[in-house]
Amino acid sequence: MGRMTKRSEPYILAAIVVLSLLIQARSGQFFSGNNLVDLARSLIVPALFSIGCMMVIVSGGIDVSFTAIASLAMYVTDRLLLASQYSGNVILAYAISAGLGLLMGALNGFLIGFLRLPTFVVTLGTSSLFTGLMFGAFSASASDVPPSIARHGKEILFTATNPKLGLTSNMPSQILILIAVLLFAFFLLRYTMLGRGIYAVGGDETAAERAGFNVRGIKMFLYCFVGVLAGITGIARISMMSYADPSTMLGMEMTVIAAVVLGGTRVTGGVGTLVGTISGVALMTILSNSLILIGIPTYWSRVFTGAVIIVGTGVTAHQIRSTRRRHTQSQKATV
Amino acid sequence: MTADKPADSVRRARGAHDPNLLRLLVMLVFVFLLMTVLRPHQFATMTNFNSMMRQFPEYGIMAIGISLTMITGGIDLGVVGTANLSAIIAAKFLIGSVPQGSTPAQVVPYLIIAVLLSLSVGLACGTIAGTLISHFNIPAILATLGTQQLFTGIAIGITSGRPQSRLPLLYSRIGNTEFFRFVPLSFVIFSAVAVGVGLMLSRTRFGTSMYMIGTNPRAARYAGLNNTTIILRTYMISGLLSSVAGLIMMARANSAKADYGAPYTLQCVLIAVLGGIDPNGGFGTIAGVTMAILILQFLSSGLNMFNNISNFYRDVIWGGVLILVLVFNRLLSWRNERRAVRKSMVK
Amino acid sequence: MTAPILKVEGITKSFGGVQALRGVSLEIGSGEIHCLAGENGSGKSTLIKVISGVYEPDAGRIEINGQQFSHLNPKEAIGLGIQVIYQDFSVFPNLTVMENLALNMELMDNRKLMNYRRARAIASNAISQIGFDVDLDERVENLTVADRQLIAICRALLQEAKLIIMDEPTSALTKKEVKALFAVIKRLQSRGLSILFVSHKLDEVFEISERYTILRSGENVASGNTEELDRKTFAFHMTGREFADEYYKPAGVKGKPVLSVRGLTLRGVYSDISFDLAPGEILGITGLLGSGRTELAETLFGILQPDSGGIEIDGRAVKIRNVKSAIRRGIGYLPSDRLTEGLFQPQAVDRNLVITTLDRLSSRLGFLRRKAIAETAMQWIDRLSIAVRSPTLPVRTLSGGNQQKVVLARWLANDLSILILNGPTVGVDIGSKYDIHALMRKLAADGLAIIIISDDLPEVLACASRILVMRDGVFVRELDPSATTESKLSELSTGIA
Repeated sequence: MGRMTKRSEPYILAAIVVLSLLIQARSGQFFSGNNLVDLARSLIVPALFSIGCMMVIVSGGIDVSFTAIASLAMYVTDRLLLASQYSGNVILAYAISAGLGLLMGALNGFLIGFLRLPTFVVTLGTSSLFTGLMFGAFSASASDVPPSIARHGKEILFTATNPKLGLTSNMPSQILILIAVLLFAFFLLRYTMLGRGIYAVGGDETAAERAGFNVRGIKMFLYCFVGVLAGITGIARISMMSYADPSTMLGMEMTVIAAVVLGGTRVTGGVGTLVGTISGVALMTILSNSLILIGIPTYWSRVFTGAVIIVGTGVTAHQIRSTRRRHTQSQKATV
Repeated sequence: MTADKPADSVRRARGAHDPNLLRLLVMLVFVFLLMTVLRPHQFATMTNFNSMMRQFPEYGIMAIGISLTMITGGIDLGVVGTANLSAIIAAKFLIGSVPQGSTPAQVVPYLIIAVLLSLSVGLACGTIAGTLISHFNIPAILATLGTQQLFTGIAIGITSGRPQSRLPLLYSRIGNTEFFRFVPLSFVIFSAVAVGVGLMLSRTRFGTSMYMIGTNPRAARYAGLNNTTIILRTYMISGLLSSVAGLIMMARANSAKADYGAPYTLQCVLIAVLGGIDPNGGFGTIAGVTMAILILQFLSSGLNMFNNISNFYRDVIWGGVLILVLVFNRLLSWRNERRAVRKSMVK
Repeated sequence: MTAPILKVEGITKSFGGVQALRGVSLEIGSGEIHCLAGENGSGKSTLIKVISGVYEPDAGRIEINGQQFSHLNPKEAIGLGIQVIYQDFSVFPNLTVMENLALNMELMDNRKLMNYRRARAIASNAISQIGFDVDLDERVENLTVADRQLIAICRALLQEAKLIIMDEPTSALTKKEVKALFAVIKRLQSRGLSILFVSHKLDEVFEISERYTILRSGENVASGNTEELDRKTFAFHMTGREFADEYYKPAGVKGKPVLSVRGLTLRGVYSDISFDLAPGEILGITGLLGSGRTELAETLFGILQPDSGGIEIDGRAVKIRNVKSAIRRGIGYLPSDRLTEGLFQPQAVDRNLVITTLDRLSSRLGFLRRKAIAETAMQWIDRLSIAVRSPTLPVRTLSGGNQQKVVLARWLANDLSILILNGPTVGVDIGSKYDIHALMRKLAADGLAIIIISDDLPEVLACASRILVMRDGVFVRELDPSATTESKLSELSTGIA
């Protein structure tokens, strides 16, 4: 139990429970099937982003380019498929976008893994590069999606109805993608040497090298993986919106990072769990979705997001400090 | 963030401010000449200089604010939110209290109050961020991510997202004055800020303290420095500078809105790093940052003059330049590291 | 006599024209504990790196278990059973003990997947080999430095080490932990391993090693059986200088105490601490770590606040609320961990030097008086013989001893009446150590009141005019250094006869 309180996950889950109950009390609508499905739907894209984002932060860096990668990859794919009048399976769209994401991620991987440049600044640069390419070279503007994607967007798993308000919500099939990615990431991080390597590098990069980890390879893989994920997320996004707006995902990176950190991932690296991350995303999503339900106009939602970030990180910072103090006391008996 | 390697410190100490500044100067001159050569009758003209001088002060001042916070080992990602919020509050005041049909002379006191109000808001925003970081020990990236959301959110909330545009004409008239019909007021303000902050950093006790805290906050404490106060003051200055930038933006656009200057945050961090500010803290100069500002402005204006190159290529170039600078610095530091390792072998 | 596990002869290595090693030889027998000693710059780190394959020697032979090599690479060295444990242990603080122990093995076996049951078996096996009792699922960051070191040792054992090389292994350990480490080393020896132990602490050389080799300026100067070595000869070989063993007799101790502490208590840390300190005295406070001595010093310096009790400076009761207030009252403090608590590594030497005197070296508006700063820096570099090419170089480029001098100068540049030194010569080469001691005596003779906190008993005996032994937060005894011995001090510190 003592070990539990040092981690953030319980706090976040508790916060979610409390918040849900509060909102339910206020509006009676929170736990309705329809609302939960809506929440799940809003959750999909940020959650997909947060997985890659978390892995990068665990490895000791901060990536801000994933939304740019997602946008550029999806846009090019979209135009390509439209131009070639493709109407086959949507899998191809995912594949192409993932491939483009892979290339862009590889650039990050090369600069960060091989040239050892600082992650934050590099991704700041590549983010700029990719958005510039998208709007400049490709003169991106909002466009339609090819029929296969549109079809895919309409695929639903099930429908949830809210009998009281007579509202229905459809659970999009994209949720399956999220689940699949989560399972894959879980397996990767916990059961493969590559995954443990990511944690090792985040803990102490020099030690990782000395232990025999291929640090360069790990980083390269990591950023390529993030790129692939971003590409997939891009297609998921436009299929759910049935509309390809290149700027729709831009700007999300900060809130995703906030959600990841809220979920207990340490900015200094080495510590972070998928459970915590998804909880963080859930918390942020609930907040932005549910403020209406308790009568707060959307104009004020950002204030609450900001407050949540500040309070959430304040709690984490406090935890780190008390762990460090406990540790330093025993350290003081040592150094 | 990657750990500081021995070579980085060697590189830096060898008056690395000097080679870095030199490199920036070379880049500056190169870009200037490039643009002049490519667009001789457009770039190197008084009209263009005037136009550039009107554009960069607003983000330039914010870049200086961000640089200060980076020097102390943190970062202020909330500059744009602060700028907009303080401008909006000033705007609301002006719109709400200046009676219709006032003479310019009657408007002036309101303008003064509005400016003071805006600066106070900026100071307050900076104080909030600084307190979160220095007192509550929240990591700067996250704290200022939060304040950015918070301040922008408040700005959206009190304006319902709408631009505040029925400002008294006198404001933009004064705000856009140009001395000798050439030098904009905003440029003068920027210069004053750059010189003032630069002197503070390099010539005062406070500046030295900032560098030391950015390098090793623990040792700073043991040396008697008051980390809490110094960091708080740094963010207060950043907030103040952001509100100045906000006022300049308001003059230029003749309105205030919650989402103005959204791309500036990224841009300013880019500028800081390009200008030699070490993201880990402890190093960097205002001279470097100023040169980086100019380089980016030259590139931006120059690009504008190519009709067939969309403005968005600017982002490509900035991103590309930043990466090239980083790569170049890395290769250089590898070379120095090899030398330093050899020398340290036989101390 | 069994064949030596390691024998190197005539090793020469230079870097860009500077000779690090000149024809160095070393021989370690099977199951032998050997100490490699030398000051900074003596070449011992280079020699280690040659042996472990990180460097290729320019000349010379390496013989491991009878096999001859002209050079090795790290993988070969590990394969031959040579394991180096570095000072930072190379552990992953964010991972569990089990993972730290097992990951290396998994990597060596080229595994792609992580099998936790297998990892646990490997880890359990490793810790049982040295009788290390630790929770396998605990995150290493929550363990003490000593435990981390044991983890590093276990890890080395897993890879079938035959020779374990330890680089300054005791620098971060308490006396109790050092004893535990030595017990582990003896245990390793009984299993047939050889240990090469790099150290400059004479006590350790005497206590644990059977044979020794001393290097100076890249050359062998002495080697032999430890039992034939004595302190004076050791110091002479290390530095090439003669040192007299002397006790400090304070010359000008003025009557009235400059510092009086009465009943100082910090719950759970120290209680009822009372003592007086007069100018010209060097008060030695010794005790194990955890005895509260560092916290006491930090209280006097304003970093910690006591729960009760009083402090008087020059007869007047004062409250030292923060560091700045302590400095203003003329108190200076040299922290125990100069790397993280004292120095601004990448910053210039002059900046490091003047950081505490900025108030005096700047105008009322806060503008720095650059000329005064440069002069002050040069002055102190001269006075303390700090070896540095230029004051604008980063302090990181200096040797440990010179770095400590910089921190010392920082305080001396202030108007001090009381100087507190916490472990001032940890990680400092013998030459600088004696310089610092000589400096302390001179300062005391000039009227400064000094408190030296150290668990280096010979240092305390040699420097202090009065010794207070602290144990579990209280002063247990006051002693006259000329009338007591190391073993008596050790007894009092540990409470064990």
